[in-house]
Amino acid sequence: MSVINQNKSEKGFLSSIADHPSTDEFIKGVWRENPVFVQVLGMCPSLAVSNSAKNALAMGLATAFVLLMSNILISLLRDFIPKQVRIASYILIIATFVTVIDYAMQAISIELHKSLGAFIALIVVNCIILSRAEAFASKNTVGKSILDALGMGIGFTFALLCIGGVREILGSGSFLGFEFMPDSFEKWVIMVLPAGGFFTLAFLLLIFNSFKIKNNRA
Amino acid sequence: MSEHKQTENNPQGNDKKMVIAMGSIGLICALLIVLTYQGTFASIEKNKAEALEKAIFKVLPGISKTKAFQLNQDQTFSETNATDPKIPKVYAGYDSIGQLKGIAVQANGKGYGEVLNLLYGYDIDNQKIVGFYVLESKETPGIGDKIEKEDFLANFKAMDAALNDDFTKIKNEITTVKHGEKTNDWQIDGITGATITSRAVGNILSMSSNQWMPLIYKNKKSFLINDKSK
Repeated sequence: MSVINQNKSEKGFLSSIADHPSTDEFIKGVWRENPVFVQVLGMCPSLAVSNSAKNALAMGLATAFVLLMSNILISLLRDFIPKQVRIASYILIIATFVTVIDYAMQAISIELHKSLGAFIALIVVNCIILSRAEAFASKNTVGKSILDALGMGIGFTFALLCIGGVREILGSGSFLGFEFMPDSFEKWVIMVLPAGGFFTLAFLLLIFNSFKIKNNRA
Repeated sequence: MSEHKQTENNPQGNDKKMVIAMGSIGLICALLIVLTYQGTFASIEKNKAEALEKAIFKVLPGISKTKAFQLNQDQTFSETNATDPKIPKVYAGYDSIGQLKGIAVQANGKGYGEVLNLLYGYDIDNQKIVGFYVLESKETPGIGDKIEKEDFLANFKAMDAALNDDFTKIKNEITTVKHGEKTNDWQIDGITGATITSRAVGNILSMSSNQWMPLIYKNKKSFLINDKSK
């Protein structure tokens, strides 16, 4: 009896975490409202720099950083920014953090910075960030905005890593630079080219949506 | 009456609020950028120096050692350790027995996007450009950034950069031609669709070679290593 009770209370604890609104704020970005697979936002970087897992990871983390920092600042200033100039203010804040991450990346590795090229600067116009600022951070508390940004940022990084991983494994026969495929493996060059990005994204969207449909039916 | 007053006052109050808000956000942002710039400056410079060193080995095939030389006011070269980017510098490359293989020269100019920062290797004895590397570019991904690809780099395996008879200018200006129309060694085979970027590379190289090569040729001796013990 006591075992059952314990189980019950444990279950209750777990489900209370799962049902807790702040967990939901976090989980929704990673899975239910994944920015790439569900909202289909930020397609430009997802297709362009996902030709290798390393680039995808770096791009995802850079975007997540900008998303987190701009969400925090915008949420802090949400009562201070007049409605008429809010978009201009958001862009200014986002551009600042993009510049910050641009410098930081140069300090970490010039080569990585070079391989991402102009796409670092283009994080400014990534619609995920502006949409989270407008739809969430400007209306919610700092704590919630942090959770939202973390969820969305991790969701975006995860999606990019999926696309980049598939493309790198099939296109270069390696993952994160480690070659593991046998020599007889014929590399699918098309996967590294832009067209491969579209194919991979389409297949991943297909898988994601079929999961969703199954879940809805169940 | 009071309502009228309110609508009259409100826009003014809002204007002020907007200006204050935008101004202070701008200030916060400026502060953040300056702090990051200061904080990362040292490591960025270090990384850039390392990247440059690697690039020098790429544009001068077969070297095992490099030395930096600065251009003095009297148009002579002397060895230097200065890191100040304002001092014009070139980099000499030597093979394992200390023989001068060539000089790497940095060249800047406007590309299609932002500044293009290039490095090329100059073989003094043969008067040829033997290597080319893009240090920094923000050219359009997929179009202008093809200047970093193998096909375009093939232009610079042995590009003619001979000086004229009195050693004051390049005999045949380096120019960019349309893709597929390259007939001479001093021409750059352009990239279809990236005309502006290809031309920019041609112009930058042409300007830089006219400026540096006569000087380097004249001062050829100052790059040689005399010290046998090294």
